[in-house]
Amino acid sequence: MLSRVADRIFWMSRQMERAENMARILGVTSDLAVFGSKEVRQQNLIAPLTITGTAEDFFAQHGAVTLKSLIEFLALNDASASSIYSCLRLARESAHEVRWQITSEMWETLNATWLEMRGLRRAKLDGAAAMKFFDWVKERSHLFRGVTYGTIVRGEAFDFSRIGTFLERADNTARILDVKYHLLLPSVADVGGALDYYQWAALLRSVSSFETYRALYRDQILPIRVAELFILERRMPRSLAACFDQITVALGRTRGQQDAPAKRLASELNARLTHANIEEIFQGGLHEYLESCLEDFAELGSRIQRAYLGAA
Amino acid sequence: MRDANGEVRPHFRPLAEWLAETPPARVAEKRREADLLFHRVGITFAVYGDKQGDERLIPFDIVPRVIPKAEWDALERGLKQRVTALNRFLHDIYHGQAILKAGIIPEEQVTRHDAYQPVMRGLNLPNGVYSHIAGIDLVRHEDGNWYVLEDNLRTPSGVSYMLENRKMMLRLFPELFARQQVLPVEHYPALLLETLRGAASPRVPRDASVVVLTPGPHNSAYFEHAFLAQQMGVELVEGSDLFVKDERVFMRTTAGPQRVDVIYRRIDDAFLDPLAFRPDSVLGVRGLVAAYRAGNVALANAIGTGVADDKSTYPYVPEMIRFYLGEEPILANVQTWQCRKPDDLKYVLGHLDELVVKEVQGSGGYGMLVGPAATKAQLKAFRTRLRANAANYIAQPTLSLSTCPTFVARGIAPRHVDLRPFVLSGKEVKLVPGGLTRVALKAGSLVVNSSQGGGTKDTWVVD
Repeated sequence: MLSRVADRIFWMSRQMERAENMARILGVTSDLAVFGSKEVRQQNLIAPLTITGTAEDFFAQHGAVTLKSLIEFLALNDASASSIYSCLRLARESAHEVRWQITSEMWETLNATWLEMRGLRRAKLDGAAAMKFFDWVKERSHLFRGVTYGTIVRGEAFDFSRIGTFLERADNTARILDVKYHLLLPSVADVGGALDYYQWAALLRSVSSFETYRALYRDQILPIRVAELFILERRMPRSLAACFDQITVALGRTRGQQDAPAKRLASELNARLTHANIEEIFQGGLHEYLESCLEDFAELGSRIQRAYLGAA
Repeated sequence: MRDANGEVRPHFRPLAEWLAETPPARVAEKRREADLLFHRVGITFAVYGDKQGDERLIPFDIVPRVIPKAEWDALERGLKQRVTALNRFLHDIYHGQAILKAGIIPEEQVTRHDAYQPVMRGLNLPNGVYSHIAGIDLVRHEDGNWYVLEDNLRTPSGVSYMLENRKMMLRLFPELFARQQVLPVEHYPALLLETLRGAASPRVPRDASVVVLTPGPHNSAYFEHAFLAQQMGVELVEGSDLFVKDERVFMRTTAGPQRVDVIYRRIDDAFLDPLAFRPDSVLGVRGLVAAYRAGNVALANAIGTGVADDKSTYPYVPEMIRFYLGEEPILANVQTWQCRKPDDLKYVLGHLDELVVKEVQGSGGYGMLVGPAATKAQLKAFRTRLRANAANYIAQPTLSLSTCPTFVARGIAPRHVDLRPFVLSGKEVKLVPGGLTRVALKAGSLVVNSSQGGGTKDTWVVD
């Protein structure tokens, strides 16, 4: 497969996954907007900017964070590359370039999503309308992934789409956990202390895992178990371990001339996620652990780029 | 459709009967269905300079154009003869230039032509073929004779519509195909692939690796590039996907560099290689021409074919056929006045309101004047342009073209049509029975170009 084609398929899948995660983050943020002290609310509003690394850009344009300005910035702003609007546009642009190498259903899904997004842009997004919008983004992402899974030939296009999706998801899950965890639990000494039930429930909901947590642990919400669920629980489809299950399988099927560095790193990360236990991770520091994960994901991304996709 | 006595011509009878017995509402419904299907499949084209709608559908007319096989057989012989002579001409002007020495075509007409590429001099191509894919535009006169309107020897487009139109007709009207034997065109992509593989250097020790080179998704014919690549099962590449190393061409793939032997290029000469032609081209491949000259990659069509399909060269094609093949042309040219000749110019200026005047290098129906349809002001303005740059124009009589029944707002009505068959040249010259029929959808209009509001029809050669 042409490197350029693989690159567009990889990125179109990443962009769609990124849009979904942004919708998840903003959805939880909106949920929590009415809880807690003024200070807690403010921290809650800043969190999505920290997660996406866009705080600096945001404050260059805005004085203070309000839910409205946050949603405007991260959902609808065409100048911000990480907004939902931009992600859907970029996903559609990539798909347009390779529409004859992907299935017509995949193209139609991304094209229709983009056309609808363009129409929504002028609509007011607050309150119930915003929640409806976030649900819509998640649905479109589910649809795209399902359509891809259900229609495309099992070959390189499929593999690069999977790698893009799950590398992006792993990255987002790690960021959400890192930022929210330390917001909710500033000091490790607090583990086991009184918890803000709503905040932790919202964190679980952001990765569709509130019920999963209940089903798997049959226990009250404990921060260390939440972290375990996000990082190591293979049965939870948004966990880092589950993402690397998918990445190593798809990457294992591809053949590149200089693909050893990428494959080696993916296997290493997978092995680390398989053999780690959460107590050890906490001993070394959760934040430090997640930070090194994010660095490794970025490194894996550039090794994949070099091995298969050509210059970025 | 009808002969001089107003009788329906025999080959058209099954279709005429079907049209007569099918309620108009049902025909209209089928037409809407066709539009919907074309939209879903994404058979669209981009219009240059049209900012508003990025992509449009070419209107598809559901009433096919019917040509009896005997008539087609004569056409086919004429097309093969013409394209063979044109390829011989191209070989000649880049080698011994016998036709120029014989004084049949003025030398400066060829060697000073913008499209004449000195880089091609002395280069030998497999089978001596320059224009592997040629699209010859034909019209059928009311008198029953066919005339060649134009040769397209560079990167002729439209064949995807020929194939998709047939697929659409088979899907919408299977019962019509049961009424008479319509000769198939579906094997065109296979013939094209065979032709392209045959263009590879005989030194290539394997099945030649073929790619389609496109300027990208913003090109008006991008759909066709993607369609043909898909139908042939070869890669659709852009310039940035290819690179040249040691005068060999490779494409960048996920598995590493892969050798390319034949490039079916759908970008113009000027943009092929920034080292050889326009240095500002971002569509091409650095070093491609050097690799081509070294015989390590084949280009289809070859560089520099534009000299032969120019409207100023067109009047000489019948002479080429006599010169190279020693045969009388089977297909006639339309009478043409060359405005660079003072006598011809005088005639054209005196009869402007009767003539069609075209730019010698124009295409797509841009920059042409249809005398009988022009206003006084338009004629006056054109006269000034013509005087200022006479060599840039040729003129032809307004032909009484044959018409074909066409579905329009008020039902079925006659509209003017032309025909572009696609001629493939390799060891042999081949074509599928049919081509792209373009139809002028405005009553009385003679302009069939899609960029000017023309549509297309399926073309049936019936036995």
